[in-house]
Amino acid sequence: MNLPENLKYTAEHEWVRTESDGTVTIGITDHAQSALGDLVFVEVPEAGRQLSAGEACCVVESVKAASDVYAPIAGEVVAANQAVVDTPEQVNQDPYGAWLFRIKPADPAELGKLLDAGAYRKGVEEAAAEG
Amino acid sequence: MTAGLQRTPLNAAHRHAGARLVDFAGWEMPLHYGSQIEEHNAVRRDTGMFDTSHMLAIDVEGSAASALLRYALANNVDKLRDPGKALYSCLLREDGGILDDLIVYFLAEGQFRVVVNAATADKDRAWLDALRARRTPEVELKPRRDLAMIAVQGPNARDRVWAALPDTRNTTESLAPFSAASAEDMFCARTGYTGEDGFELLVPAARAEEAWAKLAAKGVRPCGLAARDTLRLEAGMNLYGQDMDENVTPLESGLAWTVDSESSRDFVGKRALGDSTPTRKLVGLVLVDRGGVLRAHQSVRTPQGDGEITSGTFSPTMQQSIALARVPMDVAPGDTVEVAVRDKSLRARVVQPPFVRHGKILV
Repeated sequence: MNLPENLKYTAEHEWVRTESDGTVTIGITDHAQSALGDLVFVEVPEAGRQLSAGEACCVVESVKAASDVYAPIAGEVVAANQAVVDTPEQVNQDPYGAWLFRIKPADPAELGKLLDAGAYRKGVEEAAAEG
Repeated sequence: MTAGLQRTPLNAAHRHAGARLVDFAGWEMPLHYGSQIEEHNAVRRDTGMFDTSHMLAIDVEGSAASALLRYALANNVDKLRDPGKALYSCLLREDGGILDDLIVYFLAEGQFRVVVNAATADKDRAWLDALRARRTPEVELKPRRDLAMIAVQGPNARDRVWAALPDTRNTTESLAPFSAASAEDMFCARTGYTGEDGFELLVPAARAEEAWAKLAAKGVRPCGLAARDTLRLEAGMNLYGQDMDENVTPLESGLAWTVDSESSRDFVGKRALGDSTPTRKLVGLVLVDRGGVLRAHQSVRTPQGDGEITSGTFSPTMQQSIALARVPMDVAPGDTVEVAVRDKSLRARVVQPPFVRHGKILV
């Protein structure tokens, strides 16, 4: 499982990267893109939208299934990646490069609740064992 | 996840090729080997192969075999005059509901081969056996789990089969579409479920891995059930259990052409179909607006009333979302309808399937 150590993760299979300006960038994990299969549609939130933690705000659809992407923490959307809207397969090819949206955290302390790579891996492996 | 599932003779080959294996009707089957879109494109542009060994061949043998099938099937096996000819048919209940769809091959006098779906195989066997016992007890039904099935499909499929399995060439070179011939211990049918040319090969289970490896060595790409689904949907072919089941008739499923209404013969479901006036039909949809992918069970709004999508996907060939939908009878090709996709209402255009055949977009 490809899980960069410098990222944080959520149980909903998102990765979260804190940028030098304090904003956070969000995408879906390699495990998530692999489970979904070839992506064919991505809908990203509009800049300026206020999100609460856990709010469904973005959709990724593969040939097989549609899946919501959730705001990992509360904040305001400051950017969305138009490139993945135009070419969704970028998410399959480069899940940690093809980001979806970026938010300005309402409370940066919320970032402390996210999972590190080891905890996320453990969650995925346990789900697979139960599955 | 896959404990207790049945495995085909090609299971080890799938694992070796890195397949993502899933439970399909109690069978552990490959969903894809990496990218379902690349597999789809391989079949449209060159050649791909599918393990379809989960499906069941049943040999129907005996002097009354044709009498049994003439009564059991909605299409008429009397149309099969030449050995090797194949026919697509529904197996109906008395009330006209569809028990399964199948292909029946006429092999020789008193010898037919029926190929049915995996999920319905036990039900079909029991149903056919009950009809047999009641009407033609001397007929034998022989399930052929000793055979593996490999569907090789694509514009170059026949050439690649002949290159990989040279023994098949002589008997299949002049084989017409929807016909079959035996070559050594292999049964080769020029049939498929993709809208492309190709063969469905029935091979002794012990030789399946060898045939699969020889085909792969000649550049035939292994393809999973995911690509099989997008290919058949583009080709406008129904999937049993999704686009049709026991609750609908062939007349409501785009399959009136498979019901023989010309001959005087009696068959199971005939009276019910004759008495019925269908109010719904199956049509194709092409998504017009951006905003998602058409999926099974989304509701369809039309001026003539509501309908429902039975199968929907993203078409790799058309680069648009397409679907089959059951809608009121008066909805016509060219109409625009509205589909509820998540929280949106998106416009779709009504078309007459197939969407794609032989690599070409038709709608």
